[in-house]
Amino acid sequence: MQHNSSARSGNNTNTEPAPVRWLLVATAMLFLTLFLFVPLAAVFSEAFSKGWETYLAALREPDTWSAIKLTVLVAAISVPLNLVFGLVASWAIAKFAFPGKSLLLTLIDLPFSVSPVISGLIYVLLFGLQGWLGPWLQDHDLKIVFAAPGIILATIFVTFPFVARELIPLMESQGREEEEAALTLGASGLQTFFLVTLPNVKWGVLYGVILCNARAMGEFGAVSVVSGHIRGMTNTVPLQVEILYNEYNYAAAFAVASLLALLALVTLVVKSWVEFRMKRQEIQS
Amino acid sequence: MSIQTSKIKLSAVEKHFTSARGERQVAVSPLDLEIQSGEFVCLVGPSGCGKTTLINLMAGFEQPSAGSVTIDGRPVSGPDPDHIMIFQDYGLYPWRTVLGNVLFGLQAKGIPAGEARDRALATLELVGLRHAIDKHPHELSGGMKQRVAIARALAVEPSVLFMDEPFAALDAFTRYHLQDELLRLWQETRPTVVFVTHDLDEAIALGQRIVLMAPNPGRIQRVLEVSLPHPRERTRDDFAFFRRELFTEFHLVHQMALQEAEYSI
Repeated sequence: MQHNSSARSGNNTNTEPAPVRWLLVATAMLFLTLFLFVPLAAVFSEAFSKGWETYLAALREPDTWSAIKLTVLVAAISVPLNLVFGLVASWAIAKFAFPGKSLLLTLIDLPFSVSPVISGLIYVLLFGLQGWLGPWLQDHDLKIVFAAPGIILATIFVTFPFVARELIPLMESQGREEEEAALTLGASGLQTFFLVTLPNVKWGVLYGVILCNARAMGEFGAVSVVSGHIRGMTNTVPLQVEILYNEYNYAAAFAVASLLALLALVTLVVKSWVEFRMKRQEIQS
Repeated sequence: MSIQTSKIKLSAVEKHFTSARGERQVAVSPLDLEIQSGEFVCLVGPSGCGKTTLINLMAGFEQPSAGSVTIDGRPVSGPDPDHIMIFQDYGLYPWRTVLGNVLFGLQAKGIPAGEARDRALATLELVGLRHAIDKHPHELSGGMKQRVAIARALAVEPSVLFMDEPFAALDAFTRYHLQDELLRLWQETRPTVVFVTHDLDEAIALGQRIVLMAPNPGRIQRVLEVSLPHPRERTRDDFAFFRRELFTEFHLVHQMALQEAEYSI
């Protein structure tokens, strides 16, 4: 097929004549401009279309402000938990052989392969009023679905592959010599983990945490299902954007959206910096 | 009570692995070996002869399938800072300075910071790296890296040093220098050294005894005493004598070429 053959010849782009190369680069740039840069610019220009005053007022509006606080809270809980989970899971998978290892690997990938809406529904099914644990929870006056705990659970589920997926190949590629050296020098297992394994993968950890955080703050689908959209209570920033937009409050919607866009930009900058550091560490060792 | 004479004792030690297809592979067939305290022993042999498995068994990284490995009369159950392994790829920590690397074992042992620093500096002085303490491993040559690894090991004052082809990645000149330096350090601090190599000249230059190993299955073929005093002059006839012994043992001597050479003298 045509696609295949052009992909194969793409392996020797260096032999392509200059016009072809320029055409390829230009196509890629045009695509990125149309689909990434223009929308991003639009978000900011819409957000500031009625000036700084309106922009700040939109963010200070009580429901929006509570959505921002809830989003920060959700990320502050789910990211550290996923960090611990990611470290434990990747260490176990990379360094030990145990039965069920490939099952664990598959499970870690599950949130990537499942639609976020389904991820949210799982929790409604489990903890909702009609769900398995619903009656028991109601008897004990515990609110999970349509409350912050449900949002946090759904966010943890959606974001748990990020740290683990980043660290597993990194730890596997590192081999055992540095850790064996630590053991032979008398370090305990825990000392070895904190003094050798962790410093070795620190940039990978940071990378995973950044991506995990970006997703935790930006998740819409799963959170939308479990949140219940209670204003000022269970709305996160992405949900608040949708509500404001549906109310034709465009300036406010874009102002709040610009926060998420800003988060994306910061994430990209930190991510590139971390990638640069990781590459440098690779060259050094 | 029996008098403890040997430092390391292997009795009827065997090691086999089961391959992914379920076949049993013999890495080390039953063998006995005794190493005296303060002795310098080289394990030599072609790849697959089990020399690395054997040193891993002694260092506690692997457990024997049968038989026993004891150091100071106690069975080896795992890695121990009293017997330290030095690797071919150094195993240094790239994010720590030279001093930080040497401090590692002392910190793991819980030695107070001040004393640890003094000991680390003294060992770095010993290997001639006092000037490079603030450098990071990536700034060092291969020979200097291995010196750091040796200093890191010696700082913990082990009674046994296991070395698994430590100089194999270095160029010939650096290798000669480090061999001489290792001998000097050994004579000054007198640990028991077990040194794995596939370089026959290296074994003759270093070992008081050379354990020749053969593959399929891994076994000891012969133990050769090298009666030369240290340091050994690599170009002398007595060195060449042991060289020929080893080459003959490993069937590396070309009989035809040898005869021709003898006729022509």
